[in-house]
Parts: sequence; structure tokens; C-alpha cells
Amino acid sequence: MMDWTALLLSIKLGTMTVLLLLPAALFAGRALAYHRFHGKPLLEALLAVPLVLPPTVVGYYLLVCLGGQSWIGQSIERLFGQPLVFHFSGLVLASIIVNVPFAVQPIQRAFEGIPHEVRDAAACCGIGYWRCLLTVELPLAWPGILTALVLSFAHTIGEFGVVLMVGGSIPGETKTVAIAIYDQVQAFDFNAAGRMSLFLLLFSVAVLGLANGLGRRIGRRHELPRF
Amino acid sequence: MNCPGSDLSVKLRQAAPIPLDADIACPGGELLAMVGPSGSGKSTLLRAIAGLYRPLEGRIVCGDVCWFDHAKGIHLTPQQRHVGFVPQHYGLFPHMTALDNVIAGLSHLPAQLREERAGSWLAKVHLAGLERRRPAELSGGQQQRVALARALAREPAVLLLDEPFSAVDRATRETLYVELAELKRDLALPIIMVTHDLNEALLLADRMTLLAHGRTLQSGQPRQVIAQPVSETAARLVGVRNLFDGEVLRHDQAAGLTWLKVGDWEIAGRLAQGWAPGSRVRWMIPGSGVRLRSLARGDLSDGINRLRIVIKSVLPLGDDCRITAQLPGIDPPLNLQIPLRLAQELSLKPGSSTDVMLRDRQLHILPPSQ
Repeated sequence: MMDWTALLLSIKLGTMTVLLLLPAALFAGRALAYHRFHGKPLLEALLAVPLVLPPTVVGYYLLVCLGGQSWIGQSIERLFGQPLVFHFSGLVLASIIVNVPFAVQPIQRAFEGIPHEVRDAAACCGIGYWRCLLTVELPLAWPGILTALVLSFAHTIGEFGVVLMVGGSIPGETKTVAIAIYDQVQAFDFNAAGRMSLFLLLFSVAVLGLANGLGRRIGRRHELPRF
Repeated sequence: MNCPGSDLSVKLRQAAPIPLDADIACPGGELLAMVGPSGSGKSTLLRAIAGLYRPLEGRIVCGDVCWFDHAKGIHLTPQQRHVGFVPQHYGLFPHMTALDNVIAGLSHLPAQLREERAGSWLAKVHLAGLERRRPAELSGGQQQRVALARALAREPAVLLLDEPFSAVDRATRETLYVELAELKRDLALPIIMVTHDLNEALLLADRMTLLAHGRTLQSGQPRQVIAQPVSETAARLVGVRNLFDGEVLRHDQAAGLTWLKVGDWEIAGRLAQGWAPGSRVRWMIPGSGVRLRSLARGDLSDGINRLRIVIKSVLPLGDDCRITAQLPGIDPPLNLQIPLRLAQELSLKPGSSTDVMLRDRQLHILPPSQ
């Protein structure tokens, strides 16, 4: 049996993560690409930490920071009437944090790839900040933004450790498809686990293939002049 | 904000991060060439004029509009300055067609007029028919023309060109020289062109400014700057290789000459009264100021500045020949470029000697090296 509730929850989590993370990653990636400042390497390292840290470690710290024992957790519970841990909103927060490098890095590289002469020329053409962002920078950085979107979404769907730590496995609330597969294996339901795994595998390949193809097409169309 | 035909005056100073000590002026209708080696701050200066870089101190005024004044805290953005800027690699928007690139520079016009105006600018730079091509589908010369059309479409107060001919082949460059010269005739605005090519400056510029380590060393008419550099650094920047030490003996005002003692010789150069007799100075002679004895024209007359040189090396280069030769008792060697035919006629080869005459009007006296 496919656990459709878990699958839908995963898709909802992925969508929420991407919607909330991408705008922030856009401005953070752009700022990191264009500006040099003290402590930039440290900040970049900090943003990349979720890439190398086991998700359970991120989950542990979130649990400690946001749980009912901490003042942050208590404040949040007082403010919203419910805790972040073992709740969908906590999953979204955890998922945003572990996906920061997957969103920021491709976007940063994409903005770095825009020649500064193009931005200089735009400013001298009288094009202001927002118009430059919308009509010049975003179209040129689009392949990187698309990569960030796909990576964050796919990575969220496949995330296991941090979800288990922060959310547990509450059906309809925090039981994502990756957890559902784990639970099915625990229950020796290898048929169901196999079907869901195959579905996830095909889904991942399709999404990445689509993103790569789209990125390449846009890349070709926006090819920079050669000298 | 727009002030076509107005003069541009730039005075900028800062010690770090990029040292700048620049003082340049360019009247409307003139082309000023900023010449200097890589890393001399040419591009930084250009970006500062465009408002893309904010220096620490100074003042930039175009016509009666102050663009930058650190003392008054004025710093207009590039968008407010109305500059036409053509970066070294043109900075075209790669995702837009040639027409859209030019339209991007027309935001000061009502939307319904932009397309037609952009089309006419492209036609003016000989690109009619290529409006729908993207930059990657255009040749280097065509891309440069799009960038120029885009810069001019903005009806700028100043046109800034950063090494405009460095990314195109030689044949295209020749065509673009002519087009820029024609364009300059029709435009009343100041044009500043960054280049490291002295020939470009000689061909196109009304004035030339030499730049080294962010400092303007000398400004003037290109021919004058090249013939009479004010310092050894300036001389080396304009490609002078024949620089020697000397001591001022006397000035001969009537003849317009200053006599120098060089080794055991007395030679005369253009009058330089700024140096008292006894002063140590440097002197230079361009290759064109060295006359060789030609068999066809007979021997050199027994004029002044006649020296006997010993040839050290002869290197044929196409129709020409590069020669290094030792002046008697004078270091370093003299460098010459003469037609290969003349070298053969005089049988010049390492070890042989011949007579030369240094033209006194081209012998220029410089301050001693620091």
C-alpha cells in the first residue's frame, strides 16, 4: 500500500520549505556573490555546515533549542499555543535549516557568473536596483535558481534524520514518506516499502532530469558572448 | 541632469585601496585618451567617473552639474549621471536581442518611442537587419557597435570607452577607428577612451593623459606628450627606450639649444633652461631622431651631434631591422629601428661601426631619475 498521506505531507513540506527558503536564499546568495566583507569565509562555512553535519546532529540541536525545556521553546509555545517540535511547523523550520546550503550555494554561483561589466552597463543605462534584478540578473541567474529550487525540494522529500529527531513519526503531522518507508521496513512490509522506494527513486530521477534539461536550455539561450 | 557639450573636470585623490591621484579635464567635443600600463588605475578612474566606484576624495563636475564632491557629500549614482559607458567586453545583456539591449538604454524616453529610436541607433552604427540577434550571435565588432549604440542612445553627457578596440581583430579595429572618428565629429560631448595603445591615442585623441599607479603624469596633445615626456616614467610609458645620463654645460638661447656633456662628448638638445649648468639630467632621443649615414644621400654633414656607433646586434623584423649599438663611452646601448634595406646598404652587422647624427630638435632633456 502506498502511504498517500505521508507522500502528500512530504510534498507539502517540500513546497513550504522552497517557498520560504528561496526568497531568502536569493538575497543571501546575491549579497555573498557581490560583496566582500570581513568574516565572509566564516559565514560561508557556517552556511555550508548542514552539508557535512549528520542530520541527526542538526535535529538534536533543534530539539534542544526548540523543545519544551528551552526558553525559546517555552516562548514559542506561549506565543502560538503549541510547540514547534513534533509539529509540522517545526519540520518546516528544520527542513529550511538543513537546506540552506542547497539553496544558497547554486544561487551564489549563478550571481557570481554574471560579469560585473553587465551590471555596470545596466547601471549606466539608468536601470535601477529592482529593474536590474528582475530584467537582467534573475534571467541570467535563472539556471542556478532552478537548481536551488530542485535540490531543496528533492532533498526535503528525501530528508530522514532531522525529520525523525524533530518531528517523530506522527501520521498526517510529521510522518513524511521517508519515515513511512522506514516504518514499513520496521514492520517487515517490504512490498509497500519497495513500492514507495521505487516511486521516490523515479520521482527523484525525473525531477533532476527535468531540472538539468531546463537549466541547459536556459543556459544555451543566455549564453554569454565569447571573445 | 543631461549636459551635452559640457566640459568634464575630474580631480580625484585617495591612498588606498587603489591609489589615485588624478587630475583630468575633457572639453565637450574632444576625445581624451587615458594611456597607461595594466594596473595603472585607468579602469578605476573610468568607473569613478561613471559613478560605479566611489573614491575617498575629490570632485567630478560635468558642465554645471557636480557629480561627486566628497567635501559636500555629493555622489550621484550612475543612473543619475547620464554617462554612456562601453566596458572592455561591452557588458551586453546576453539574454536580450541587439534591439532590446539598445532599448534598455532608452528608459528616459516614453515607451512607445523606444523601439523606433533603438532601431535608428542600430542603423547609425551599421547594424540594420541584425536587430533580432543575441550578442552570442554577433561578431566582436558587431557586439562593440551594439554597446556603442546602447551607450549613445541614452543621450549621455559623457561617453566613456574602456579599451574599446582590445577584443576585436585588426581588420575590424581599423574599420571601428574610422567609425569612431566620424562619430566624434558629430558628437559634442566629452569622450574619454582608456587604452594602452599609443597608436590609438595618436589616431583618435585630441588630448592624451599618461597614467601610472593611479597618478596622472602628464596631459597634452598626443604628439607633444610622446615627443616631450616630463619624466623618465612618462618617457618609458610612451615607449622611449633611448634614455641616457648627461650633465648640462650651457644654454644657447639664440640657437635654441642646451649643450650637454655625455661621456667625453658634447651634444646639443632642445633648449631646457630649467636646468642650471652643472645639473645632472637625463636625456632621450626617439628612434626617429637618429639619422644614419646613407650611401645614396652621401655622408652626414659635419654638423653637431655626430657620433660614431659600434653595432652590437642586428635583428631583422619584416621589412625593418632592430639594431642595438654602443655610443662611444656611453651606457646603455642605443636602440634603433631602420628599414632592412638601409641596414643592408650600410652593411650593418655586429662589430661594424657607422656614423650617426642625433637630431638636436628631437633630443629632449628630462629631470634626473629619482
